[in-house]
Parts: sequence; structure tokens; C-alpha cells
Amino acid sequence: MLNNLFSSPDFVEAMEILREEFPLAIWETLYVTVVATALAIVLGLPLGVLLVAGEKGGVLPLPSWLMKTLGVVINLLRSVPFLILMMVVFPLTRLIVGTAVGTVASIVPLTIAAFPFIARLVESSLREVNPNIIEMAQSMGAKPFQIITKVMIPESVPSLISGATIAITTILGYTAMSGMIGGGGLGKIAINYGYYRYKYIVMIMAVILLILLVQVFQSVGTRLSQKLDKRLKNK
Amino acid sequence: MIEIKNLSKTFETADGKVEALKNISLTIKDGDIFGIIGMSGAGKSTLVRCINMLERPTSGTVNINGVDMGSLSESGLRAARREITMIFQGFNLLMQKNCLRNIMFPLELEGVPKKEAEKRARELLKVVDLADKEKAYPAQLSGGQQQRIAIARALATNPKVLLCDEATSALDPTTTNSILSLIRKINEELGITVIIITHQMSVVESVCRHVAIIDGGIIAEQGAVGEVFSRPKSAAARRLVFPEGSEDYIVSHREGERCIRVAFDGADTTGTPVIAKMAVEEGIEANIVYASTRSLDGRTYGSMLLGVSGGDDAVKRAVAYLTKTSDISAEEVTEDAE
Repeated sequence: MLNNLFSSPDFVEAMEILREEFPLAIWETLYVTVVATALAIVLGLPLGVLLVAGEKGGVLPLPSWLMKTLGVVINLLRSVPFLILMMVVFPLTRLIVGTAVGTVASIVPLTIAAFPFIARLVESSLREVNPNIIEMAQSMGAKPFQIITKVMIPESVPSLISGATIAITTILGYTAMSGMIGGGGLGKIAINYGYYRYKYIVMIMAVILLILLVQVFQSVGTRLSQKLDKRLKNK
Repeated sequence: MIEIKNLSKTFETADGKVEALKNISLTIKDGDIFGIIGMSGAGKSTLVRCINMLERPTSGTVNINGVDMGSLSESGLRAARREITMIFQGFNLLMQKNCLRNIMFPLELEGVPKKEAEKRARELLKVVDLADKEKAYPAQLSGGQQQRIAIARALATNPKVLLCDEATSALDPTTTNSILSLIRKINEELGITVIIITHQMSVVESVCRHVAIIDGGIIAEQGAVGEVFSRPKSAAARRLVFPEGSEDYIVSHREGERCIRVAFDGADTTGTPVIAKMAVEEGIEANIVYASTRSLDGRTYGSMLLGVSGGDDAVKRAVAYLTKTSDISAEEVTEDAE
């Protein structure tokens, strides 16, 4: 039975596709994931810092109307389903990339979907910083910006890395969806071969590869976060 | 000199206004070790935070060496805070940085060049006897060692005043003693004025020269430590000096019996039953009215109240005999008709 499966024409064809298309697809998936995550961190990290530092009683209090607006905008972006968000940002994508379809174009909606998520992850990491340590820094005459860059962020590095790991694995999942708008990668293969052409073996292989990628990112992230955490004794 | 004048602090809470401090006035001289003692919730932590303006007083002034802290701009205040550093109950070290980097932190804030900051941090590691822990992270140190690092960090900017907010409350008595010795050494050798906030009598007795007792947001009593503890006038002071109802004894003690308060500050009492020996050698019979002492590594900590009969002469001799032993202090306690 198993022998039949491996020698069946379907399987042989799937292996052929694997050899020819998967190396590029894996590269595209990684490329899009990493670039979108990096851009989302560039936008999301300062925003997350602002959410904590800017609140009443924070190290850099901002007007409450501004904080409320930020909160609402972030929640709004986070609640729009990714498939719809992709369509909505078409004009913006066209403005930035020149086209709304394709691998590079899919980076724009991915970044927009991910940065509010990252902002919330950063927010929750920074809230874990012991408020007494922030008070200590204030008692030593630290400026608000110094408290952010020399206390809040360095003290939450392990937690921030855990957050980045969650973000990158989530974005990896989203890249699969961007196959719908012609974004390249494993998602596109799964949809084109599996969904449109009923080549389920190819689809399953694409999904297995996605699972493996998530596993790799997650273990590397977890290990890095633990390794950098100086609070853990006996290392 | 630190002058606190008519300082009040009111917090707005959901349940209305809470007056944490009411009209507090204190003067702390340069080079003093000043204790502020009180129960939890008495307002002592708020008071110490008003000194460096981590909490803005609702009214009143804090004047340090002629500078009105409340009138300083944000940047002026940041500069002033380098001269008034602080150590905390929870140590508050940066957990992701090693000891050397922790001590360098206040220098880093000032923009001191890295090489210079490292040199200064290494000197301070020697001052606190932890030169070998340069590369260790706080999580790898004991509580006492962490507090030493925090002290080194507080000294980095050459402050004039050191605020200690329950700095020994999380430590065991032996470690507490070594930290207090370090604080005393810093005060004597560097001439830094020290303000110690605590709820422990033993801390005040062992290092402070002056003390203020804070209760319900007001200063109940203040003065030289020996004076306040031997003749406590206020109810709050009496609660500290005569714990657990022993005050009733003073009021209703036997005819002609006088009361002596003995404080053990790590006295070496193994094999020397001080009170019994006093009876044998001096012929003074002491009645133990109250005792709360603990032995650790052969050293005794705590306090006792003794009832002694025999008039002035016996009391004088008893006090002289007891204070002969190092790390024991004794003084007569008199009730004060308030």
C-alpha cells in the first residue's frame, strides 16, 4: 500500500514539483517573512514603547486623547481580517511598490497587519519591567529617553525576543495567505497546486514545510531568549 | 543640611483624599545618620520620596544645602538627584546587566566616558568588598551582596546624601548588621549624610545618631536616639520602646523598682550570661520584664527591659556594667507623665 503510494504517478509528479519549485518557494517565504517582520518591528517597537511610556504615570506622559487614538487605531488594524486588509491596502501597496500583486508587493499588507500586533507584544513585554527599577533610574536623575533605552528595553530583552518569535511565526502563517494575491512562497504553491489543481500531495508537502519552518523559528527564538536572560541562575 | 518645612502630601484616590503626610518639619545636619522609624503605612516611604521629589509634596518645602528642591526645573532636579542617591528594600538592580555595568549605570546616565566609569566602578567594588563579583549578574548574588552592589551604585556619583528606604528589611540579622556597618563606614569615611527609613528598632539603635518617629503621617517625636528611646514621650514612641504590653509593667511596677532598657546589637554572649553575671559580680538583682532577643552565630540581637531595685546607685552601676560589654547599650527608661 505504502509502496503503491510512493510509486504512484501522483507522488512522482509531486516529487518533481518539489524539486523544481520548492527551493524558490522556501526562499520567497523566508524572504517575505523576515523583511515584513523587520519592517513591522521598525514600526511596532517605537509604537509599543509609546503605549507604555506615554500613559498617565508613565515615564513620558502624552495627552490622553493621543493615547486613546493610538489604542483605537491599533485595535482597528488588528481586528480587520488579513484577507480583507490585503485588498484594502492595494492602493498603498501600488504607491510604494508600483504594483499590488506579487511577492514583493505582499510585504506591504504583511507589515501593516503585523506592526500593530508587534506594538501590543512590545507593550506587554515592557509592562513586565519592575516599576521599582524605573523608580531607581528616576531617583538617579535619568531622563525619560534614557529610562526607555537604558532600562525598559534592555531589561525586557528576553521577553522581547519571545515576542519577536511569536510575531515571526504568525507572519509566516500570513505569508501563506498572501499567495492569494500572487505573493510567492509555500502558500502560493499550496493554493495553486492543491486548491486549484487538486494535487493534494503537493499541498500537504507545502504545509509540512511551513510547519517545519515554524518549529525552527520557535526553537531558535526560545533558546535565544533563554540564553540572553541573565535572571536565570546556574547556567 | 536638609530642612523639611511644613511638608504635607495628600493623595487623591478613588475613595477620596488620603493625607499621607501632615505638616512635617525636620532638620537633618550634614554628616548625620538620621533614622525615620514608623510602622507600615505611617508615611515614611512617602516622606523619603518627597526629599528627592520622586513625590511632589502637596505643600511645604524641602531645602537641601540651601536649594529649594521644589523650585528646581526638571533638568535641575535631575542634576540634584545625583547628589542625593537612594538604595531600596528590593535592591532594584538591573537584572540583565552584570555588577560592573550596574555600578556604571548612574555614570552612563551622566555621559561619563566608558573607561573612566569602569575605573570608578572597580574602585567602588573594592569599597563594598565585592571586587571578585565584577562579572557576576545580580541573580547570582545573595541579598546582602546585591545590596552592596546597590550601595556601590549609589556612591558612583559622589553623592552628599544617601537615602536608605528599608534597605535592610529583606535581609537576615547578620547580613543586616554587615550592611549597617558598611553604611556607617561610608558615613564616617566619606562624610555622606545618611537618612535611614525603617520599621526596625534595632536598625536605628545600631547606626543612627538622631531619630524621628513617624506615626499616622506626623512626626510623633524626634531627637537624639538615646534620648528618644530612654524617655519616650509620645504614644508611638512608647509602642516601639515597650512592645507587647510591657508598658503596663512600667506603670504598675513594684515599689522602688526602676526600669532599664538593654539593646543587644550582635553582642557576643556565648558563655556569658550577662544578666546573671551582673547579679553575681555587682550584686544587682534584675527582674526581666520583657525580652525579645535572638541568637545568631553566637551573637545576640534584640532588646530587654529589666526591673532593678536599689535606687539611683544600683541603676547607675547596672547601666555601667551592661554597657561595658561591647555591642550592648543600656539606659534607664522613665515614664513620662504626658
